Amino acid sequence: MTPDEEAEYKRRQKGRNLVVGGVLLFFAVLFYAITVVRMGD
Amino acid sequence: MMERDPAGTGPAALPVEWRDFFTLTKPRVMTLVIFTAICGLLAAPGSIHPVLGFTAVLAIAMGAGGSAALNHWWEADIDAGMKRTANRPLPSGRMRREDARDFGVFLSATSVFVMGVAIGWLASILLAVAIVYYAVVYTMWLKPRTPQNIVIGGGSGAFPPLIGWVAVTGEVTAMPLLLFAIIFMWTPPHFWALALFMKSDYAKVGIPMLPVVAGERATRRQILAYTVLLAPVTVAPWVIGGTSWVYGSVAVVLSGLFIALAIPVGSREKADGGDLMAEEKTLFKFSIYYLFILFAALVADRVLAANGLISAGVLS
Repeated sequence: MTPDEEAEYKRRQKGRNLVVGGVLLFFAVLFYAITVVRMGD
Repeated sequence: MMERDPAGTGPAALPVEWRDFFTLTKPRVMTLVIFTAICGLLAAPGSIHPVLGFTAVLAIAMGAGGSAALNHWWEADIDAGMKRTANRPLPSGRMRREDARDFGVFLSATSVFVMGVAIGWLASILLAVAIVYYAVVYTMWLKPRTPQNIVIGGGSGAFPPLIGWVAVTGEVTAMPLLLFAIIFMWTPPHFWALALFMKSDYAKVGIPMLPVVAGERATRRQILAYTVLLAPVTVAPWVIGGTSWVYGSVAVVLSGLFIALAIPVGSREKADGGDLMAEEKTLFKFSIYYLFILFAALVADRVLAANGLISAGVLS
């Protein structure tokens, strides 16, 4: 793997990690909110 | 997993861009899915907590995205042969087929689970049926076999407002079934208008779209027939007392315009040489506005009724 390819590899992997992390965080907050609403029913 | 491998067999090189996964969900189609789901949610009698309403729409969008990814997986070879779809993540070799399949299954299963846990199992079952309807009944079974694929397959796009409505009420009644029927009847003229000016692409990959199999003349007649049949279905929510005159008058005007635009398309025998199919393109564009305006009118009608500004309709 050339240095350019390695840089591209890391860039893509970082982008995916950030998106997956963001989605997981979003769902954690969403399920917390759903639980609060459901408990209030 | 998720590495670039155009042939599907060679060594891995670069990870797939997250944007390509997003592309698999067909974001533009999802716009209409989200819009009609929100309309079903807002038009339904009763109320839903905003967090639960948001979750219901999110689950519907995820289900639509998951089934779209499965559609990409199944049709990768077909997509490769059409100019319009050749640059999608799979035919362009940016992603492995199995990754699209796994992503689609995961997204679909998650959407059904989230809907069931957060909203209710009736809405969840309907969502599962919608996903199977699109990914299996339409994509795998009907589309490659019959020129009537669009007619029956249109049902998959008709589920979002029904599910949105059921998310609020927890039951299937006449009104959400009519919303389903409106999109069901709207899909053939909408899609066949597109197929008329895209037919060379479909012919190339052997998909039996109506213009390819039955010819242009038969397709034009069917467009006109379905547009005329759509009108009473569109007006029905008002006739049965589910809405007031606000929705009713918009439905009547829109239906009249749709038929007026479908008549020149339906009565032509064949496009002339060098014809740009302007009337067909106009009909296709109008059909999109038609659905957006009709559902917006439905929501406006229900919001006005809920605030006592107009009579609520017999069923409310």
